[in-house]
Amino acid sequence: MMELLNTIIHGLLLGGLYSLFATGLSLSFGIMRMINMAHGDMIILSSYLALAIVIPLGINPFLTLLLVVPIMAVLGYILQKLILNKTLGNDILPPLLVTFGFSIIIQNTLLEIFSADSQGLNAGKIETASIQLTQNISVGFFPVLVMLIAVFVIVALEYLFYKTSLGRNFRATSDDHLTASLMGIDTHKIYSIAMALATAIMAVAGVLLAIRTNFDPSAGPLNLLYAFEVVIIGGLGSLWGTLLAGMILGVSQTIGSYIDPGWGILSGHIMFLVILMFRPQGLFPKTKDR
Amino acid sequence: MKLLTCNNLDAFYGDFQALFGIDFYLNKGETVAIIGSNGASKSTFLKSIMGIIPVRKDAIVYENKSIGGESTHSINRRGITLVPEGRKLFPSLNVEENLLIGTQSQREGTWNLESIYKLFPILKEKRLIPSSSLSGGQQQMVAIGRGLMSNPSILMLDEVSLGLAPVIVKDIYKVLPLIKKEGTTILLVEQDIKQALSVSDRVYCFQEGKISLEGKPRDLNHDQISQAYFGV
Repeated sequence: MMELLNTIIHGLLLGGLYSLFATGLSLSFGIMRMINMAHGDMIILSSYLALAIVIPLGINPFLTLLLVVPIMAVLGYILQKLILNKTLGNDILPPLLVTFGFSIIIQNTLLEIFSADSQGLNAGKIETASIQLTQNISVGFFPVLVMLIAVFVIVALEYLFYKTSLGRNFRATSDDHLTASLMGIDTHKIYSIAMALATAIMAVAGVLLAIRTNFDPSAGPLNLLYAFEVVIIGGLGSLWGTLLAGMILGVSQTIGSYIDPGWGILSGHIMFLVILMFRPQGLFPKTKDR
Repeated sequence: MKLLTCNNLDAFYGDFQALFGIDFYLNKGETVAIIGSNGASKSTFLKSIMGIIPVRKDAIVYENKSIGGESTHSINRRGITLVPEGRKLFPSLNVEENLLIGTQSQREGTWNLESIYKLFPILKEKRLIPSSSLSGGQQQMVAIGRGLMSNPSILMLDEVSLGLAPVIVKDIYKVLPLIKKEGTTILLVEQDIKQALSVSDRVYCFQEGKISLEGKPRDLNHDQISQAYFGV
């Protein structure tokens, strides 16, 4: 019984990482109506960027956030401004194909530079430290930290979206980009800023993923799949829905693994299908499909 | 003084030509109406001015600068604002947020939240409710207010009376002279000829993408207008 409870708590905390995976995807879909097929690979790219900083400098992996986040934000801004904005229009296919191309380029470049060996970042004691809640229940310090970061990111985004003029412009552009430009909003600039924000969050997710587990150049697509599932379970445009959906996916996976070690990923996908069957619009949809 | 001039303006949707050699001007401070039946390309004309439909650079001259082909948002920031047909409020924004979206150009002028709420007092009461739960007339007020918030030199209104009850249309038309009094030039596209003629200094009639009649309302008689409107 206690073991099951531990499993559920572990799954809930895993939701923090999954929600970080999904937030960036939710932003780019919510504002640009663009599906970024390279989303997972950009997370892994961030993991490798952190690795490339840790190896020569030997610093604590957490400190790499100070570099990886701005690098990825600038990269996202430039990609959107120079390439992705030109693919946006009435047809959803061009951005899909272009980002699919990015995905292949990123995977192969990482493979060329870092080989197919799986890598990991060592953050030291923090990775194994745990907090004893009761005699039988303890939670890992690192998963709690990841959850707190995920909550912080969501609170910050909610503030940005609902309390600032930039956020107002984001929401207006998401509602109706043509009318937004009639009102003087430079929608392409809004898209570039949104992408920078999305890639910055991907960078956070990538560094935390690299500390939590091993990664290799081909790990991106599975992360993209998790991100997709979380966005769809949570409902488009709902950030708190994303967090809850991350927890649902996390708990499904850990309970699956609890029953049989091989069932973890599968039971997550099954939960996704079941929710899709009964609530195809997700649990807390906010953005209306246009 | 001419604020906006269109010289031999053509516009196309792909291969389909929608506007044919439009020669048009707006004087500073006047109210001009464009009338015409459905499909006369009145809205297309406004979209061409706003840069939504590509046009020749020198086809549109505003404040002595050619602005044809500029991006929509920069035309707005220059001081030309379109209140689009169908109001097009942002559904996920409340009334006040919709109004504030109009302030992108950061142009100085008399219009701000306070003066818009004075013009449309009902909006102040409803300022925090979602724009989608307003009545049609109130939505039109928000749309006009949002346009005014940019303190435009030219306010273009596309079919403001469409789908509204006559009594509401009257209310909306009552504010146009107040807006004009603040020095704003108004360009009105309207199917309701009577309303349009009652507020405008000059009128253009469009028919199948061409100007079929132009003049001051008091100089035009009923026959001339129906000839220009229906082409019969």
